[in-house]
Amino acid sequence: MSTTAEQQALLQRGRVGDRATRHDATPKVTGEFAYSSDLSAAGMLWGVTVRSPHAHARIVTLDVAEALAMAGVHAVLTHADVPGQKTYGLEFADQPVLAADVVRYYGEPVALVAAEEPEQARRAAAAVRVEYELLEPVVDMERATEQQPLHPDRPTMAHGYREDDRPNVVRHIVIRHGDPETEGEVAVSGVYDIGTQDQAFLGPESGLAVPDGEGGVDVYVATQWLHVDRDQVAPCLGLSPEMVRIHLAGVGGAFGGREDLSMQIHGAMLALHTKRPVKIVYNREESFFGHVHRHPARIWCEHRATRAGQLVNVRMRILLDGGAYASSSTAVTSNAACFALGPYKVANALIESTCVYTNNPPCGAMRGFGAVQTCFATEAQMDKLAAELGIDPVELRLLNALAPGDLLPTGQPIEGVLPVAEVIRRAAELPVPEPEPLPREAIRLPGGAGNTTRGEGVQRGVGFAVGFKNICYSEGFDDFTAARVLLRPDGSAEIHCAAAEVGQGVTDVILQVARTELDTDAVSLAGPGTASVDSAGSASASRMTWMAAGAVRDACRAALEERQRTKGDVDVERIYRHPRTTPLDPENGQITGERAHVSFAVAAMRVVAEVDVDLGLTRVVWIGTAQDVGKAINPLAVEGQIEGGTAQGLGLALMEEIRTRDGLITNASFTDYLIPTTLDMPPVTTVLIEDPEPGAPYGVKGVGEPPTVVSTAAVVSALRAATGRELARVPVRPDDIAGL
Amino acid sequence: MKINLTVNGEPQEADVWAGESLLTTLRDSLGLPGSKNACEQGECGSCSVLLDGDLVCACLVLAAQADGHDVRTVEGLRGEDGLHRVQQAFVDAGAVQCGFCTPGLVVATAALLERVPNPSDDVIREELSGNLCRCTGYAKIFDAVRLAAAQ
Repeated sequence: MSTTAEQQALLQRGRVGDRATRHDATPKVTGEFAYSSDLSAAGMLWGVTVRSPHAHARIVTLDVAEALAMAGVHAVLTHADVPGQKTYGLEFADQPVLAADVVRYYGEPVALVAAEEPEQARRAAAAVRVEYELLEPVVDMERATEQQPLHPDRPTMAHGYREDDRPNVVRHIVIRHGDPETEGEVAVSGVYDIGTQDQAFLGPESGLAVPDGEGGVDVYVATQWLHVDRDQVAPCLGLSPEMVRIHLAGVGGAFGGREDLSMQIHGAMLALHTKRPVKIVYNREESFFGHVHRHPARIWCEHRATRAGQLVNVRMRILLDGGAYASSSTAVTSNAACFALGPYKVANALIESTCVYTNNPPCGAMRGFGAVQTCFATEAQMDKLAAELGIDPVELRLLNALAPGDLLPTGQPIEGVLPVAEVIRRAAELPVPEPEPLPREAIRLPGGAGNTTRGEGVQRGVGFAVGFKNICYSEGFDDFTAARVLLRPDGSAEIHCAAAEVGQGVTDVILQVARTELDTDAVSLAGPGTASVDSAGSASASRMTWMAAGAVRDACRAALEERQRTKGDVDVERIYRHPRTTPLDPENGQITGERAHVSFAVAAMRVVAEVDVDLGLTRVVWIGTAQDVGKAINPLAVEGQIEGGTAQGLGLALMEEIRTRDGLITNASFTDYLIPTTLDMPPVTTVLIEDPEPGAPYGVKGVGEPPTVVSTAAVVSALRAATGRELARVPVRPDDIAGL
Repeated sequence: MKINLTVNGEPQEADVWAGESLLTTLRDSLGLPGSKNACEQGECGSCSVLLDGDLVCACLVLAAQADGHDVRTVEGLRGEDGLHRVQQAFVDAGAVQCGFCTPGLVVATAALLERVPNPSDDVIREELSGNLCRCTGYAKIFDAVRLAAAQ
């Protein structure tokens, strides 16, 4: 198949629903696309961060004199140099810009250096003398509520959450639904563990801060949420929001890990202090300290059902390790609880979800946001229940499938579209590849090119799982997205929207919507920044496509109306809001208004895997999935999200885990923290279920998270089928499989 | 120390320090940031370049080792009449998302197709296993390689 230049140009000018190629693909394949780590400016200095080598310690002395005297060094800054507010945070300002008297995690920033050359900055950073007095680290999430409080002032309390006086509780939620004492005819129980996953985006944290000469600063950075970056950065610099301008630089992947700040305040501090542009680029090791991770979790479950397989009561206790600072942990705690039961109708439930502070690496947003952990546990329970009852696992899931009108455990009815039974049926009917005959090439066996088996000890299994989560922000968050349209007399248009293009393709969503609404190909998109348009909110929660499509659609329609009234340039900005949500009742976790969540999306997945039971090695042979996508604005991009999201879930199932010892990360590199390669990913067959969501612009649903939610569970289900073992922990290790 | 090398057909001179990688020289001294720095350990392939025609990770090659040699980077693939067929195939197949791995994968794919014009799926998987991608799950990258091979 080849495309002519003309066809190519048409594809690049796609409208809503077209399988269009990306507008930024050409600069990305030629190397011209400027990522945040590629930026430079005349007179630029390099910034380096001095980090704590301890997980929990008191800073006794901090001496920068030697570093400051070194060749090429222009600044060495500490906590005392933070010009404004000393702490920041996405939702709660509990994290010091630079550690003051205590460090609470391994890698926590303590001081900053700016120098002419990067090597000079690195050497000066090594010459900053910090004397620490070691403190006992809180590293066991089960014991954290009995140990000394890491944040005695309890920053997340008094926000309308359930009261909980235990030390180190970030948030505690109880959802009581129906009669949680209801007995079933059969019950299965289990305890499930999920390791700490890293976003492992390839483009490390980086950016360039440029002083404007008038006391303000421009920060060019890879981020997910420009305006909330600004709203955290400005107070710490002691500046008004207008004096801090955040510009989106090229983003090398995000997956939740760029929702919190990394170098933004640090770079701006150095730039304002030295009156020179300052560039900071983390290396890979530093990147493991530079962003929050997926919460590790332990989940206790009991599922009660009738002998016919109907779920009657589910009891779950979820414990999440939030690490040293709050980040978005309160929302993750809630999401884990609200979607803990999976997309199943359950009349009675008791769900308890607790997140604690520890001295482990800070955790926060990562693709799937609490639902990944609980999906793994719940789907393992469904497999266990199916085995207990002698019912086909797919049939058991169909029997309990949630449908519109059914109640979630929060008491919220499912409105709109949620085709649970359809995605289950469509995924289950995908043909599974036949077992390949032996002998075969080593690369088609577990162990691959390691040539560890000729087929002996290899067993095959077929697994199945279903996952769902919310689309958009929840629990009363006042969420909106702004878009601005400049319409010129010649009919051409320029769109401003601060939606962060992190690789997911939202800029193409914006362009496709604008071309469709304005019925012209002469549409361009201005570089996203905080100065020219109001907030777009965060590129997270599978919300950005929905919200940006709504805002751009409304702004385009308003511009066309305005066009009727004026002959000159039209310049309109519109704010789009989704239906309002309200908080959950802190006592029983029930809705306090019409809804706590806006919308939901569901995916089902079938996986074939082979395992070498002698060595514990695995090979995922094939994955087939059906996903509820509402309406695909661009099917090519939607498939890409599903394939990529599936790979991340497979990674958590089989290999990805940040390992710690007394809070210290022991595998902060791509040599020791493994992510799936071309040899790990099988072919993925994708079925898009397009049933437009009422009330959503064009009927869209976000598509990025459901594949990650479901695939960890689905891959382990296949391993379970191949081995007959419970496999209650991810990532599954060779030891968990070997020696059957 | 001064080194002289040919980059994308042009003679270049650079002043490097003894521990400097070829990747740093390309990115910070020669104005060629297309090769990416993502792991610094030769694990991710984002900095893949051709050194005398051989595929290498520029982060694992000392700048001094490139003295007197020929380097080709992603910036040098594009011809006068447009994109290299591998670059065009990555665009057409939807193989680019965040794109940080893309320059390395494009160079690695071009090198693969030079040696093996019509690679089987197994060969594609094995040959590109040194290039990590975190966004795509590789499916559309395989499509791009097959598309480029067919042209």
